[in-house]
Amino acid sequence: MPEGVPEEVLRAAVPKVLGALVRRFGQFDEAEDAVQEALLAASVQWPREGMPDHPEGWLVTVASRRMIDRFRAESARQRREEALAAMEPVAVPGADEGVGGGDDTLALLFLCCHPALSEPSQVALTLRAVGGLSTAEIAGAFLVPEATMAQRISRAKQKIKDAGARFDQPVTSERLGVVLHVLYLVFNEGYTASGGPELQRADLTAEALRLARTVRALLPDDGEAAGLLALMLLTDARRAARTDAEGALVPLAEQDRSRWDAAMIAEGVELVSSALTSAELGPYQLQAAIAAVHAEAPGAAETDWPQIAALYALLERLAPNPVVTLNRAVAVAMAEGPRSALELLEPLEADGRITRHHRWWAVRAHLLELAGDTVAAGEAYREAARRTTSLPERRYLTGRAAGISG
Amino acid sequence: MIYNNAAALDELPDAELETIMDEVDALMEELQASGELVGGQALADAATARTVRVRGGVPAVTDGPFAESKEQLAGYLIVDCETEERAVEIATRWPDARYWAMEVRPIMHTSGTEM
Repeated sequence: MPEGVPEEVLRAAVPKVLGALVRRFGQFDEAEDAVQEALLAASVQWPREGMPDHPEGWLVTVASRRMIDRFRAESARQRREEALAAMEPVAVPGADEGVGGGDDTLALLFLCCHPALSEPSQVALTLRAVGGLSTAEIAGAFLVPEATMAQRISRAKQKIKDAGARFDQPVTSERLGVVLHVLYLVFNEGYTASGGPELQRADLTAEALRLARTVRALLPDDGEAAGLLALMLLTDARRAARTDAEGALVPLAEQDRSRWDAAMIAEGVELVSSALTSAELGPYQLQAAIAAVHAEAPGAAETDWPQIAALYALLERLAPNPVVTLNRAVAVAMAEGPRSALELLEPLEADGRITRHHRWWAVRAHLLELAGDTVAAGEAYREAARRTTSLPERRYLTGRAAGISG
Repeated sequence: MIYNNAAALDELPDAELETIMDEVDALMEELQASGELVGGQALADAATARTVRVRGGVPAVTDGPFAESKEQLAGYLIVDCETEERAVEIATRWPDARYWAMEVRPIMHTSGTEM
């Protein structure tokens, strides 16, 4: 980002500038490249010559010129003339021309989260075209080489083109669901990162929060948009307390709650409370409500576990998923005791799919430990440690196994 | 991870070897184009391996691989796939899978969730 240019200004401008270009020229893929080039030009020119009076208008002008240059360069003479003739009624805007309203951001999100794309492609394209991150930044955040990410993005754009996706799509709850899911994935990718050399990944959390705020502002009556933002706020509020000085994970029950971010919690609780009373119930609101119950408890022991268990039961009905059942079992163990919780796991075990996953073994180990069966608990912790692909989780689980058999 | 038997590989008829190379080229191109290929290397023959052990602070270096078997780790490929099934599918199409074996394993990472 250019020195002296507030990053928020540039990044916030990206979807507006891109929206203006797509409206003018169509051709999402070309427009997206042109906007990236304009951002690069800004990073060279602005620090030297100062910020233009209308940064967005400046970016639209420069990006438009790039697009027209490209038409000229790559088209055969006749095609070029046709294209230019078709463009003629559209004047390249002056630097003072304003750009479209915030609605373009939503249209772009819908395009980037097109159902024809795989989840990683939706995520990458959203971060670039709406978030304004460079390919190198996105590649760094997902720990893949820049060439890999560049391919992923250009393939995604090609797919959108092939699918004949239109820019203006009606807002349906199904499509909005995909957008919210993509933002949730971005958030999780950032949140699950540990500290230290991978701190850059925390930027993904901030980016997801920023985009979730934008969606929430554009769709103030949507309960799930509010629920997702609340969930992110209430989860991210725990960031400082979730790892210790060595970067090891600290379980929720042992976290120093004075290090939780009170302002984020207040905002999240307020958001989810008002969504729950005024909008249609959805999974993000329920997850946010669960996070809010945790956030409002002074300690693990004072947590309203029956309330959390009830919320998980509701979530399980609304969006059945083995991971939800596992979480519900943990809450039931706290509310009613480990034996009732272990019973909840039985149908999952019969199904068999979840038992390949380390979380199943970790929850089972925890419940067996609570029930006093330390031998079986130790074995389950060790099995969980073998199955996780996360180094900090393996350290934690191995530590639990050693702790109870020692 | 690509496992093969270098001696047996050398004995394959030229035409068959060529088919194998073409298949590998095509698959690599596909993975590059899809943005799934993160990296990878072919490893030199296990005959070139040197195995290092330190016992009681004393290093001992011996010629030859750690595991004595005809099948050796011949190379590896790092792919970033949406699902484990997709990684297995790629392994299925790698020619060494027909003769010897491919092993698919997740990569450990340094992130995690608190429990």
